[in-house]
Amino acid sequence: MAAEGKVDPMHQFSIHPLFGSDSWNIAGYNIAFTNSTLWMAIAALLLFVFVAGGAKRQLVPGRWQMAVETFTGFVDGMLAANVGPNGKKYVPYIFSLFMFILFANFLGLLPLGVIGLHAFTFTSHFSATGVLSILSFSIVIIVGFVKHKLHFFSLFVPHGTPALMIPAIFVVELISFMVRPFSLGLRLFVAMMAGHVLLEVLSSFVISSGNASIGLFAIAGLPSFVLMVGICALELLVAGIQAYVFALLTCVYLNDAENLH
Amino acid sequence: MDAEAAKLLGAGFAAIGAGLASIGVGNVFAKFLEGALRNPGAADAQQGRLFIGFAGAELLGLLSFVIAALLIFA
Repeated sequence: MAAEGKVDPMHQFSIHPLFGSDSWNIAGYNIAFTNSTLWMAIAALLLFVFVAGGAKRQLVPGRWQMAVETFTGFVDGMLAANVGPNGKKYVPYIFSLFMFILFANFLGLLPLGVIGLHAFTFTSHFSATGVLSILSFSIVIIVGFVKHKLHFFSLFVPHGTPALMIPAIFVVELISFMVRPFSLGLRLFVAMMAGHVLLEVLSSFVISSGNASIGLFAIAGLPSFVLMVGICALELLVAGIQAYVFALLTCVYLNDAENLH
Repeated sequence: MDAEAAKLLGAGFAAIGAGLASIGVGNVFAKFLEGALRNPGAADAQQGRLFIGFAGAELLGLLSFVIAALLIFA
């Protein structure tokens, strides 16, 4: 990282194979087990342990079961508020999506560098968030067409549109529908990447001012360090909010598919 | 001005977009609080809409970051 004494803030996002090599290709795509894959597996495993530990179905829940039930209740309430009674069947999907992204975001913020490991935030890659958003978008399209058949296209023409305006409104609504998977994936990826770049840049201020002189460290390094602690707290908030926004927008889009508008 | 300098200037100007989006995000939460303090009973039910508005305002700021990143790295 500290090649020629300079910290490269983008280095933390590099993907390298841990098991296998760059030449493991199937149809032009590399299938080596990378650090990105490893952290996805860790997130999935932790999520499995978290849910399995709470799935005791006791009448009076213990602490762990209470924690899991808080999350399921939260997702359940979100779907009830945004989709209505039809939304009940999406609870497993939205719950997995929300918890997976939440675990991924928080895992990437773990200060594992202290013990020499490097936490990797796979949600800071558009290839990961893009696939999640395409998954949500395909569910919306499939549900919409299965439930409403070709009547689903009335989504693009809201009720009470004057006949003169229909061509223009149709185009606008179609574009706004088509950019959804991009905006959904882009938001999560850019928010996570920007936060991690900011932390790395601030930490490089601390390191290089500390290497230069004690006076410079007092002027530039110490304030940067204090700011960094604050930004860390902000990043924890952002990690939660972005997972929530991803799940919430998926609910809103599912509402369009279930109930049209 | 050569192309590289123009690219970096453009990336710097894109930061204006991020700053404007911060006004937007501030507006979303300010107006929500204003309304919530007037009618606290209705506030909790509107939290979903609050975050939809937040997500919309934030996305437009993040787009300016994407443009800056594209100008510098692509």
